[in-house]
Amino acid sequence: MSDRRHVLVLEPGRAERHYWRDLWAYRELFAILAWRDVSVRYKQTVIGVAWAVIRPFLTMVIFTVVFGRLAKLPSEGGAPYPILVFAGMLPWFLFSTILSEASNSLIGNAGLVGKVYFPRIIIPTSSAVVALVDFGINLAILFGLMIWYGFMPSWRIALLPAFIVLTMVASLGPAFLVTALNVKYRDFRYIIPFIVQFGVYVSPVGFSSAVVPGKWRFWYSLNPMVGVIDGFRWCVMGGESRLYVPGFLLSLGIVAIFLWVGIAYFRRTERTFADLI
Amino acid sequence: MADDIVIRAEGLGKKYVIGHEAERERYVTLRDVLARSARNAWRKTADMARGRAIITGDTVEELWALKDMSFEVERGEVLGIIGRNGAGKSTLLKILSRITEPSAGRVMINGRAASLLEVGTGFHPELTGRENIYLNGAILGMTRAEIKRKFDEIVAFAEVEKFLDTPVKRYSSGMYVRLAFAVSAHLEPEILIIDEVLAVGDDEFQRKCLGKLKDVSRGGRTVLFVSHNVGAIEALCTRTILLKDGHLTFDGRPNEAVNRYLHHDAGRGSAKFAPRSGSPSITAIQVDELELLSGNLVIRIDFISPYQLAPPIPGLVLYDEVGVPVFGSNPRIHGENFEGEITSAGSIWFEAKDLPLMQGQYFLSVWLGDWHNDYDYKPHALSIDFKPKNVVTRSQPSSDIGSLNWPAQWRSKRRPELKADIPRAPTGTGS
Repeated sequence: MSDRRHVLVLEPGRAERHYWRDLWAYRELFAILAWRDVSVRYKQTVIGVAWAVIRPFLTMVIFTVVFGRLAKLPSEGGAPYPILVFAGMLPWFLFSTILSEASNSLIGNAGLVGKVYFPRIIIPTSSAVVALVDFGINLAILFGLMIWYGFMPSWRIALLPAFIVLTMVASLGPAFLVTALNVKYRDFRYIIPFIVQFGVYVSPVGFSSAVVPGKWRFWYSLNPMVGVIDGFRWCVMGGESRLYVPGFLLSLGIVAIFLWVGIAYFRRTERTFADLI
Repeated sequence: MADDIVIRAEGLGKKYVIGHEAERERYVTLRDVLARSARNAWRKTADMARGRAIITGDTVEELWALKDMSFEVERGEVLGIIGRNGAGKSTLLKILSRITEPSAGRVMINGRAASLLEVGTGFHPELTGRENIYLNGAILGMTRAEIKRKFDEIVAFAEVEKFLDTPVKRYSSGMYVRLAFAVSAHLEPEILIIDEVLAVGDDEFQRKCLGKLKDVSRGGRTVLFVSHNVGAIEALCTRTILLKDGHLTFDGRPNEAVNRYLHHDAGRGSAKFAPRSGSPSITAIQVDELELLSGNLVIRIDFISPYQLAPPIPGLVLYDEVGVPVFGSNPRIHGENFEGEITSAGSIWFEAKDLPLMQGQYFLSVWLGDWHNDYDYKPHALSIDFKPKNVVTRSQPSSDIGSLNWPAQWRSKRRPELKADIPRAPTGTGS
C-alpha cells in the first residue's frame, strides 16, 4: 500500500531528510500561493498597474536629470542616458521588490504558518513571483523607450532570460535571510527600506559602473548588485557596453554565498517559526 | 511498526523558554550593571548567530508545555483529547501536524495526516468562492486534480452554487463557514486532526458536519478530536485521553475521561489563573459562598488586559454534573442595567437570585471579550455545590429528572363525587 511511503518520524533536531523532495511535492501549493498574491494585487487596485508604470518612469526621469544632465556622467557606448538608467533600474527594482515583499511574507501569512505544515521557503519564494509581474511591466516600458529613441539592441538581448534568472537568484539569497530574521526579530523590517533606499545609490542604478575609478572597480563588485546590473546592461544595451569580467565573477561569487547562507539560515530557523509567529 | 497502529508517541515533550527580569537591587554598582549587560549582550548575540530566539530578561526559565507523553492510536479510532486550557492539547496537535518540533521523545506517524483548519485560515477575502476552494484545498494538501474531482461535491455540501464567482468578502458569515468546512471535510487523509471547529454554523449544518465525521471514521480512517464540548466527545469518540499540565493523566473510555475532567479538574468555589502575555486575561473567578448558601449565585470575574477594553464583556455558562449546559448569560442577554467601564483591569460581578436549580454539583465556564471579540475562555473552570432553599432532599439524579428546580406546589383535596360520576357498567353488576 501507499502507506508504506508515508511513515514519518518526528524527533527533536531531526533535520528534514527529504527537504527537497518535500519541496517538490508542494509545488502546486507554491503555484497557487503565487497566483493568489498576483491576482489579489491586481484585483484590488486599478492603481496597481498604473503605479507599476509611473514609479519606474518617474525614477528614470529624475535619475536622467540628476546624473545625466546635472552631473553630466557619461552613458555607455552611444546609448541614450534614459535607456542606461532604465536598464539598471529593471534589475534593481526586481531586487528591492523581492526583498521587501519576501521580508513581510511570512508575517503576512502568519495564520497559515501557525496552522499548516509545508516547507516554509515556499512563502517568500512565491511572493517573489509577484515582483516578477511588476518586472514584466517595467520591461515593456524599456522596450517602449527603445522604440522611442530608435535604439536597436544587439543579439545579446536573446540572453535576457538568463540575466533575469540571475537577478532572481541574487535577490532570493538576501530575501531568505531577511525573511527568517524578520520573523525572529521584528525590527528587521525597519532595516529593509533603509537597505533599499541606500542601495539604489550604492549600486550603479543611476550611472554606469564604468565611472567608478579603475582601482576601485573590482572591490566595488563586492556589492552583488553591481555584477547583476552590469550584466543586465551588457545584455540589453548591446554595442559598446563592455562587461568588466573580474568584477562580474566576484559578484557572482557573492551572489552564490548569499544564496547558500540565506537557504541555510532559513532552513535552520524555519522549524521554530510556528513558535515565534 | 504494526500495521494497525497509526500513531505512536514515545516520551513526547515540548519545551518553551521564557525570560524573567531579575529583581533589581536597590543600590547597584556600575560594575555589576556593565557585567550583566555584557553577559546578556553576549548571550543574545550567540543566540542570534545560532538562529535561536533571543530571550529577553536576566534569567531564563524552561517551561514544559508537554512532558513525557506516550500513547498509541490504532487505525479507525476516534480519539478524543480533553483537558483545560494550557494542558497541552494544542501543543500536542501542533507536533502531530508537523507545525512545531518536539523537544524530546519521538512520534511515528503512519499515513498522511491533515488538520481541519479553523474557519477562514487560508481563505482570501478578495478571491471568489471558486478560487478559494482551490486555494484552501492546496493549503490542506490536496492536489489540483483531487480538488477538481470533488469540486461539485464541495459546492453542493456548502450550498453556495449561486455565489461561486462572488468574492468571499461579500459572503454572509454562514456561507463563509460552510464553504470553509466543506473544503476540509472533503479531504481524505488517513489521519484527520480536528481542533474545536464544530462550534460553527447553524444546527442543521452542525448535524451535517457530525455526519461527515462519522463517515470518515467508518471509512477506516483515524480521527483525533480536541474539544471542550464534552457532549460531542462522548458522542463521537471511541477513546479519550485527558491531559493535565502537559501530562497524560487518563487514557480510556470517553465517559470516564469526561467525568474525571469535570470532577477532578475544576476548582472549588474559586480559581486563579496566570495572565497570558499580550492579550486580555481572566485572572480569577470567585463564587460568593455565603450567597450560595441562600440560593443565590454571585460570581466575581477579575481580569487584566495590556490595553483598554471598551468595555470588557464577560460571559458564562453553567453545566450540570454530566456536562449538559443548564443556562448561559452575558450582558447581551441579561445586560439592561450593565454599564461596562472602559478599563484595562477590573472586576465584573454576575448575580442571579434564587437559582431555580436542583441540589447538586455544577460547573462553570467563563469568557472574557468585548463587543466584537472573545479574548479568554476558561472552560469548566469552577465546580459549585448548590443547595436550593426550598428542597430538602433530592431522590433522583439529574440525569433522570433534570436539574431545573421550578418553584411549584402540590396540593390535595378529597372528592368523593368523582366516584359517583363514574358511568355504570352496562350489565347488572350493581345491586
